[in-house]
Amino acid sequence: MAASGLQILAAYPALGPRGALYSWYPFQNDAPPSWLRFGGWLAGARHWHFAIAWFLIFNGVIYLIYMIASGEWRRRVFIPTRDTSNALAMFAYYLRIRKTPPPEDFYNGLQRMAYTSAILFGVVVVLSGLAIYKPVQLYWITAAFGGYDVARVVHLSCLVLLALFTVMHLVLVALHPRTIVTMVTGGQRG
Amino acid sequence: MASLITRRKLLLGLAASTALAGCDSRAASMFLAGMGRWNERVDRLLFSESRLAPEPPASELTPETAFPSYFISESMPFAPDNWALKIGGIVDRPSVFSLDQLKRMPQTGMRIRHHCVEGWSAVAEWHGVQLREIARMVGASRDAQYVEFRSFDKGYYSTWDIESSLHPQTILAYGMNGRPLYPDHGAPIRLYSPVKLGYKCVKYLTEVNFLPTRAGGYWEDQGYDWYGGV
Repeated sequence: MAASGLQILAAYPALGPRGALYSWYPFQNDAPPSWLRFGGWLAGARHWHFAIAWFLIFNGVIYLIYMIASGEWRRRVFIPTRDTSNALAMFAYYLRIRKTPPPEDFYNGLQRMAYTSAILFGVVVVLSGLAIYKPVQLYWITAAFGGYDVARVVHLSCLVLLALFTVMHLVLVALHPRTIVTMVTGGQRG
Repeated sequence: MASLITRRKLLLGLAASTALAGCDSRAASMFLAGMGRWNERVDRLLFSESRLAPEPPASELTPETAFPSYFISESMPFAPDNWALKIGGIVDRPSVFSLDQLKRMPQTGMRIRHHCVEGWSAVAEWHGVQLREIARMVGASRDAQYVEFRSFDKGYYSTWDIESSLHPQTILAYGMNGRPLYPDHGAPIRLYSPVKLGYKCVKYLTEVNFLPTRAGGYWEDQGYDWYGGV
């Protein structure tokens, strides 16, 4: 999804309305590097992007249904009233401000915050994608994002955030190889 | 333990299918063709004959110098002196219309956002005659499921589904932003509609043919999505 999306972006690597590009975006008219792209050309990348998108949505819907139906969301979703102080304490521990980690059950507060935001980015990346895929037939989604050009920005931003989330975990695995076991298996049960 | 095995199997399965899709180009193109047909069905399902594209406020009009325009000829195509628009295919009254005749027909105007397949958008006002008005005038057959548009831009053409062609905002445009269409935007007549991507909106029109069977298009024949809905 990411690589074919960047190939699509390469066809018009600018953000903002024609004649009034966003001045804050530092990469206006800089195409993403070719090693990050997939699909060969614009038409090919669009075919891949819109084909695989269904599997992403299908996968995501099954995941969300399972989370809700099984009640798993209770110990996985970040609930601000419950998890904020724990997340801050964990952050302080990582920064070496605090000597001992806060108590954690299944996840600590910081983990809950990270995983919940990743799910949120996933939902928003799909919705903003629909907004720029069918801005006339699904105009109400496009309008909810503040228009076509804003939805493009949101779509790309979600990709960047999800990429950061992934890169952080790859770094974690590189530093602590054993963590990959819990990442793949879902950790200890109970 | 049970969950570990299912996850591992799932990951292996995913890896295998990814490798298959990436390495075997025939399997990949079959997969993409199948998903493409599925996407066109969804596209047609989403399309509504009565849903109008929203009209943005005048403040969102794109400066004309910033509104890109493409043609495939080596230089800007200009209409031949004897230019006229032929309407044919399965119609009761095949017709030839001059620009003046088209301008005397009921005029439709709209300010809409153009969506290019490349990812940019731009806003302009377009003035012209609804294609469904012309279909009515020439008596297009009920068997016409497709409409083909031909041009004098080095053989550029495209074919549409009949539903999108008869959408109230699908027009044969002779004006842009309150003045006659300039050659860079397809003078004397171009097809224009908010329900299709830019490459479907053929400029420099010469012929409109109502057809019982599907035909291709300049970009569509090279691999771009045939439906091209927005």
